[in-house]
Amino acid sequence: MGCMATAESYVLAIGTKKGLWLARSTDRKEWSLSGPHFLMSEIPSIGIDTRGDKPRIMVGVRSEHWGPTVAHSDDLGATWTEPEQGAIKFPEGTDAALERIWQIYPDSASRPGVVWAGCEPISVWKSTDGGEHFELNRGLWDHPHRSEWGAGYGGAAAHSIVVNPSGENVHVAMSTGGVYRSLDGGASWEARNKGISARFMPDPNPEFGQCVHKIAADAAVEGRLYAQNHHGVYRTDDNGENWISIADGLPADFGFVMLTHPRREGTAWVIPIKADSERIPPDGRLAVHRTDDAGESWKRLDVGLPDHEYNAVLRDAAAVDSAEPTGVYFGTRGGSVYASADEGESFIEVASHLPDVLCVRAAVVSGVVSPDVAAEFAAAAAASGVPA
Amino acid sequence: MPDITVLLPSVLQPLAGGQSYLTTPADGAVTVESLLDAVTGNYPVLARRLRDETGSLRRYVNIYVNGEEVRRLKGLETEVAAGQEVLIIQSVAGG
Repeated sequence: MGCMATAESYVLAIGTKKGLWLARSTDRKEWSLSGPHFLMSEIPSIGIDTRGDKPRIMVGVRSEHWGPTVAHSDDLGATWTEPEQGAIKFPEGTDAALERIWQIYPDSASRPGVVWAGCEPISVWKSTDGGEHFELNRGLWDHPHRSEWGAGYGGAAAHSIVVNPSGENVHVAMSTGGVYRSLDGGASWEARNKGISARFMPDPNPEFGQCVHKIAADAAVEGRLYAQNHHGVYRTDDNGENWISIADGLPADFGFVMLTHPRREGTAWVIPIKADSERIPPDGRLAVHRTDDAGESWKRLDVGLPDHEYNAVLRDAAAVDSAEPTGVYFGTRGGSVYASADEGESFIEVASHLPDVLCVRAAVVSGVVSPDVAAEFAAAAAASGVPA
Repeated sequence: MPDITVLLPSVLQPLAGGQSYLTTPADGAVTVESLLDAVTGNYPVLARRLRDETGSLRRYVNIYVNGEEVRRLKGLETEVAAGQEVLIIQSVAGG
């Protein structure tokens, strides 16, 4: 065993329809790729937990044949562990079976070991042991609205979980159902969709039933969240009581992605798709749009992106890292993955021709990478035939 | 006492310690459900690959008894006679 390297590096995890790829970089310009891990299983969710001594990568894995499971790696993908009894398992009496893990969300550094998961069928789960075992949130599972929640095209799932710094306020978004808020850490839940359109329903302004595609919190302003809806881009400044449109200035109000800056007030990113009925980038020109004033204005960002792109970007196929300046990453259903080291001002292509990208997550891993792990990573990249 | 043998597809064999088949002693007919309980008792990950937490056989897992897929028989209640072999095969799925 060699001595530990202390250099800061970056890990980008790419979950696809047919496996997981991992990319590593020391400068966010040159990336080496390893994979596939979990070949022929889809990876719809990834969480990278950097709160402990070692970064833990958790993945939701789903085989069409063999079902869903959660696996984790504490050595950046060199080895994987799957709890024998399964990390997420519906308890007896629910008469439900886990279909797919849509979200793995490590909580704040002040609550080490706490990891949330959002799943299909619509459910929220919480782990206190770093994602090895989760418990079903009964407040949401037993919610009286449950029988009226529906399924989006991809399935009926809780796909977004946002927890505020104190841990008291938890927002969940589901398709379809909309936004639900808990003020007691997840014990009880109320729909909070006032102002969010559901134009696919007879009453376009229902209490719940919206198809909110993704929500994200402003890191610097308590009670401010952003939402990319099934048509509509919104912001709330009062913890979800009211949502206002911030779609002006965007080429389309449809899309799946909503990202926020890890520290700075008012900065968010979306990736517009033309319409519900036309799920391609507007005019076939892929672009990220960023606001730095909480949605008052938007800036188109497409440097380094292809001239023509007809694939959509799915809700979790985009992520930010925690570096300064913040990195922005996304992948398309055409299997291209792009990275920006300057908050979206310019992109490079990290990977291409992968299967449909379902999820990407990125993290800074500093002072924890041993030469052994680095060597294993290089070996894996070489064995996969992917140029490092 | 004759055994009942369950043949595993190669992709699942690592979850059974590398074995290509599992056996359990039986002095009479047993249901597929109790057979699966018996042979996967020591291999909980394998058990989860075959059945979900409600006990249902996963949609694209096929189990054959006497050459018949159990869904065409009595499902997990299908009886397997002592000495028989049972085949587990993944069905055609995915793209």
